[in-house]
Amino acid sequence: MPGVDASITTAVVFDRGGLDALIAALKAKGFHVVGPRVADDAVVYADLDAASDLPAGWGDEQEGGRYRLTRRKDGALFGYTSGVQGWKRHLYPPRQKLFAARRDGQGFAILPPDPPAAPLALIGVRACELAAIAKQAKVFGDRDFADPGYQGRLASAFVVAVECGEAGGTCFCAAMGTGPAVETGFDIKMVEVIDKARHVFVATAGSAAGAKVLDGLKAPAAAEADKAAAAARVAKAAKQAKTLDAKAAARLKEHPDHARWDDVARRCMTCGNCTMVCPTCFCTTVEDTTDLKGEHAERWRNWDSCFTIDFSYIHGGAIRTEVKSRYRQWITHKLSTWHDQFGSSGCVGCGRCITWCPVGIDITAEATAITEGARKAAAGGSKKAATSGGKGR
Amino acid sequence: MARNKPKLAVWKFSSCDGCQLSLIDCEDELLAITEEVRISYFLEATRKVEKGPYDVSLVEGSITTPHDIKAIRDVRKQSKVLVTIGACATAGGIQALRNFRNVKEYIQCVYAHPEYIDTLTTSTAVSDHVPVDFELRGCPIDKHQLLEVLNATLNGRKPNIPHHSQCIECKQNNVVCRMVATGTPCLGPVTQAGCGTLCPRHDRGCYGCFGPMETPNTAALAAHLKELGASGRDVQRLFRSFNANAEAFRKESESHG
Repeated sequence: MPGVDASITTAVVFDRGGLDALIAALKAKGFHVVGPRVADDAVVYADLDAASDLPAGWGDEQEGGRYRLTRRKDGALFGYTSGVQGWKRHLYPPRQKLFAARRDGQGFAILPPDPPAAPLALIGVRACELAAIAKQAKVFGDRDFADPGYQGRLASAFVVAVECGEAGGTCFCAAMGTGPAVETGFDIKMVEVIDKARHVFVATAGSAAGAKVLDGLKAPAAAEADKAAAAARVAKAAKQAKTLDAKAAARLKEHPDHARWDDVARRCMTCGNCTMVCPTCFCTTVEDTTDLKGEHAERWRNWDSCFTIDFSYIHGGAIRTEVKSRYRQWITHKLSTWHDQFGSSGCVGCGRCITWCPVGIDITAEATAITEGARKAAAGGSKKAATSGGKGR
Repeated sequence: MARNKPKLAVWKFSSCDGCQLSLIDCEDELLAITEEVRISYFLEATRKVEKGPYDVSLVEGSITTPHDIKAIRDVRKQSKVLVTIGACATAGGIQALRNFRNVKEYIQCVYAHPEYIDTLTTSTAVSDHVPVDFELRGCPIDKHQLLEVLNATLNGRKPNIPHHSQCIECKQNNVVCRMVATGTPCLGPVTQAGCGTLCPRHDRGCYGCFGPMETPNTAALAAHLKELGASGRDVQRLFRSFNANAEAFRKESESHG
């Protein structure tokens, strides 16, 4: 399990050969190694056999509703922003079998569960993604009913984090306080350093398991110059064009009747892409299946979205029939009521919901328009308006 | 507990037979189906015909002639459960393109003896004429969804057929969005899921074979398609294919051109 309290060991440095050795060592330990690779015109997180599978020389351009792979001149292996979908689909798969049963007389018998899959080694986890994993770990474990599936997969996982060297067009992790520096939740942390003389990875361990794997690589200690170069890269990634006033956004729940909800409802297609690519969205629906004879049944948990009609269906009908009520539910929970439920914002600032919204609806722009507008109205209006809109900032 | 085998009938109206073929296409599951139901009327598969009433009727095809109207009422009378299958039966099909034109002119142009042709001016969904218990979308339908509907009907449960967007299915199946990553026009955001992500998986945008999703914002998509470079005519053509007469697609197509 990724260390939380483990002390940071001495930084070591290795080249691409060392990275190959790292992947080989994890495979030898029985890990199912997953990391970034190019497929279908994008960087996705998929099975890795060797460092040669990594997206060498690929970067990306991202903006609202638009993603393009780009070629980089520096040959960076981790020069892209982030994968299309986060690690959610590996730690919390889109379809999970909860149990299978067969008819047994008048009742039924539960069949033994499938054997657990091989533990995961995640290569190239970004700071915002570590924050997302931690938020989902809280959702799935920090309360009365822990989810054994998620917790089991996370506990057995080996996490290799890679700090960002530059921000993508829709990144705002700096505003959400989740990145770009990697601080916790990893077994090994790496920074890719490229200049005229070298292309190396400066790595530190964050857990006993990580230290053991790093020791096995027998890599030399990083020089001060390597560490300084690594720090400079992360500082560059903190410069982000997009931002969000997270404190103001936390007050979104105070504005359920803002006119902007109607405005965004005209643009929103309720397609659900934002919730699918969001690394913290966790909602699922339960589906029962049967065979034709009615002798065998299975219960499955499938990813669901608060943008579907069935999501808010209770006896008698769906509650959120209007587009605006569904968009409002999603963004208000993400940025505002998540605080009440889990003690933090539900957004990590990865920007996926902006990039992969087909029409480019921007969570930062919508939240700002609603909270700023309300603040201005409160500042310029009567005291009565100020109380309904909160005290502002 | 042994069940009495329910009687299954499969009917055809104006259509290409592709959806009925989806049932025959259930190769691995076909024997299991015949163990659970009695195929009483299915001319595409067997000459043997049993009289109604039938427990389950699958209806393919749209209503395009005065004779069709009489026939579908008769099918409804004989069927406990009536399930329409495919874009023709659920929306009028590709032949509903006639709804946007003067059919009499077509007949004059195409047929040597127009007086032999007895047709309606429209092609419409079965549900426009008789009550329907379940509509299974697609051009053609997906065999797994067909099995699920039969399975749910036999086991007395609700079919697991989602009405949400194709985008959700693409993401669940780990298919990278064609529109966002390559700029390819795609109807996925306004189209009901269920095809198994056939086109996006092969670098094609969605053509809308499964018809409008539950709450389609076609105007927002049309505006975006124009930003991507589509002309009004392009947008109209996209919405006017297999589900041209589905209300949301029809209305959107009528505001472009």
